[in-house]
Amino acid sequence: MAKKVAIEVTEAVGEAVTLARADVVAAYPITPQSHIAEHLAELVADGELDATYVPVESEHSAMSACLGSSAVGARTFTATSGQGLELMHEVVYVASSMRLPIVMAVCNRALSSPLSVWGDHSDVMSVRDTGWIQIFVENGQETVDNTLCAFRIAEDPRVVLPVMIHLDGFHLSHMIEPIFFPEQNEVDKFIPPYKYPLPLTPEKPVSMGCFGAPFIYPETKKAQEVNLEASKKVILEVWKEFGEKFGRNYSPVEKYHSDGAKTLLLTMGSYSETAMAAMDEMRSEGKDVGLIRIRLWRPFPFAEFREAVKDAEVLVVLDRAISYGGPGGPVCSEVRAALYDQDKKPKIVGFVAGLGGRHITVDGFKYMVNRGKEISQKGSENEFEIYGVRE
Amino acid sequence: MENYIKIGKQTITKDEPLAPGHRACIGCGESLAVRLTCKAIGRNSIVICATGCIEVFSSPLPYTAWRIPWIHTLFENTAAVASGVESGLKVMTRKGKGPAEKVNVVAIGGDGGTVDIGMQALSGALERGHDFTYICFDNEAYMNTGIQRSSATPYGASTTTQPAGKVSIGQVTWKKNLPAIAVAHDIPYVATACPSYPFDLMAKVSKAVATPGPAYIHVLSVCPTGWRCPTDSTIKMGRLAVQTGIFPLYEVEDGQYKLSVSPAQLKPVTEYLKLQGRFRHLTEDSINKIQERVTKEYNKLKEKCAASTGNN
Amino acid sequence: MAKKKAAELTWKDLNIGAIVTEPGNASELRTGDWRSQKPVFDLSKCTKCGLCYVYCPEGCIEENAEGYFEPNMYYCKGCGICAAECPRDVVTMVEEKEE
Repeated sequence: MAKKVAIEVTEAVGEAVTLARADVVAAYPITPQSHIAEHLAELVADGELDATYVPVESEHSAMSACLGSSAVGARTFTATSGQGLELMHEVVYVASSMRLPIVMAVCNRALSSPLSVWGDHSDVMSVRDTGWIQIFVENGQETVDNTLCAFRIAEDPRVVLPVMIHLDGFHLSHMIEPIFFPEQNEVDKFIPPYKYPLPLTPEKPVSMGCFGAPFIYPETKKAQEVNLEASKKVILEVWKEFGEKFGRNYSPVEKYHSDGAKTLLLTMGSYSETAMAAMDEMRSEGKDVGLIRIRLWRPFPFAEFREAVKDAEVLVVLDRAISYGGPGGPVCSEVRAALYDQDKKPKIVGFVAGLGGRHITVDGFKYMVNRGKEISQKGSENEFEIYGVRE
Repeated sequence: MENYIKIGKQTITKDEPLAPGHRACIGCGESLAVRLTCKAIGRNSIVICATGCIEVFSSPLPYTAWRIPWIHTLFENTAAVASGVESGLKVMTRKGKGPAEKVNVVAIGGDGGTVDIGMQALSGALERGHDFTYICFDNEAYMNTGIQRSSATPYGASTTTQPAGKVSIGQVTWKKNLPAIAVAHDIPYVATACPSYPFDLMAKVSKAVATPGPAYIHVLSVCPTGWRCPTDSTIKMGRLAVQTGIFPLYEVEDGQYKLSVSPAQLKPVTEYLKLQGRFRHLTEDSINKIQERVTKEYNKLKEKCAASTGNN
Repeated sequence: MAKKKAAELTWKDLNIGAIVTEPGNASELRTGDWRSQKPVFDLSKCTKCGLCYVYCPEGCIEENAEGYFEPNMYYCKGCGICAAECPRDVVTMVEEKEE
């Protein structure tokens, strides 16, 4: 029987990692993730999590240590934010190209300069192309559920890829929420023991990380891409099984009153819950609006996304990251690319807002939807708008 | 036939965990050092390797010269990856799903990947006390990418990023003392070695992997390509480095210093320097400066050894 | 099934993460093609000390049935270290001829 606990979401991540029976945690503290590293350290110190805790001296070393422990067959976890994700950037690519099923929680944080410990999606967007499976969560329950799913997905013999769980720094990480935790025996049935297909062992010596000259490097990249695309099938299977076992269902694209709505708003992460309140208010005023959220960011769910927007005339996209000098928000760019070749597609309007932890209120979302509709009719001089900045 | 060969009073295993057919330069001292190291650590080992000469000459996809488990990831994180390997093996053993026998965890990297870009990861791993051995194969520059300077390049050597020229002597700083940095981390075993003294090298490697906790070995790897000396002079050059006191062979066990090779009289440094093209430009003044420094440092080392004997 | 040449490998032929599972398969490469000089061993002088075996960077000097040492010319790169280090002048380096 699952128990419901009021708990800070970061600590809940630690509890989920304990339920998943992680073997190695190699983590470096950074706001707003630190409570994850700290709570895991407590759990290890009290003997509740039987793992080796490696208090590494930087994030670059954190992800590097994860490579080593995963390669010998230990279930491995780490967590980071913002600058930390940037510091480990080159190692992140290696984890996926070497097919090491590490699970990482990222408490999304804005990037310097100026220094900001508060949340936005700049760090996430910088790792778009790294080849990890990436899942967005909006509240504490989703965080726990998807951390458990992450281990299961990552280690599936058909996948064997690292997984990132993206949760908004402070706005989600530091919330105290009521969360259902499954029983240990239920989790044990859901996540089988980890068995890496070709581990480092003297019994069967392998060489990992040989260098790739031009005659062979592209072949390794095609293999990697095919594998990431193929993981979607497994992700859907795992979510389906999770739904059957634990009663909570997850989809690549989540809908909120969006079917048939003429105007859609697209958000990702915890700000979606405020956006839902905005949708409720606008709909009670008779506006034909709905909300969609991309949960599965990588591999990008083209089919589900196109299906979700097929009846919309206007799609307003909120980005919490900016690509300077480019088309504005990364999510909006991807959304446009996903729909460009469709015969029928909505007009797409992009907003960048919520940078550096700036709140977006219900009124803020209502403004963006209305302004988005206006732009879709009258056009705009700008490629995108930055909302919420004092002029 | 035995699986070992008698060399005088010593024996050496016939096993070659590093297969011939690797792509090291002709006469490469580093490849000899790695070959001997592999004989000393044996098949029950996992090797974690940095980007550099060793990695490139031994692992061109789809080939590998390694007959033992081996992993290369990046340039500067060898000690961190090794920390992960050691931690993973430790917890798996505790949970009853680890290897039957304890495995040697051996991290190897060049001077560039250790003393420069790899310093942080090395320092972290030594401080955390992982049970592993780190071996730095020092050919005194970034040889694999074209002989660029490192902080292990000796004073007066010409490299491509600190070349000797009309207004420069080449390397203007003294070689960074990595063994001293390792000793400062208070680890149980630190040593220097050179494949010109092969049995000393293999004995030290064996001792290092048998020592619980972190061990560090610094190996002088003669590079005919980068040092501009004949391909057959590799062993002689390493011997001269030791006999001149430029690269003394010693061990530091729990802070106690002991010389491994103690020449009655040090040969003058010029005997070593004049044989290498990278020092060809040095004036008599510069050579004297180098001689002064080498003599001073060697005497300091001897004092440390004497002080250690006093403590026994 | 005939083994593919390296340049013929397709993306499907690769292992997960491009891991190489044939230990030591680099030994297929004939590094002996590199040399411009080769060692000639006059075994009548050899005292079986084994130093050439120890010092060869390739590890390609092998002990034969009688206990003498001989280079494996498939791998020998012709560095000359064996000639330089042999205490009995067993080894002479001679120029490699083009075939």
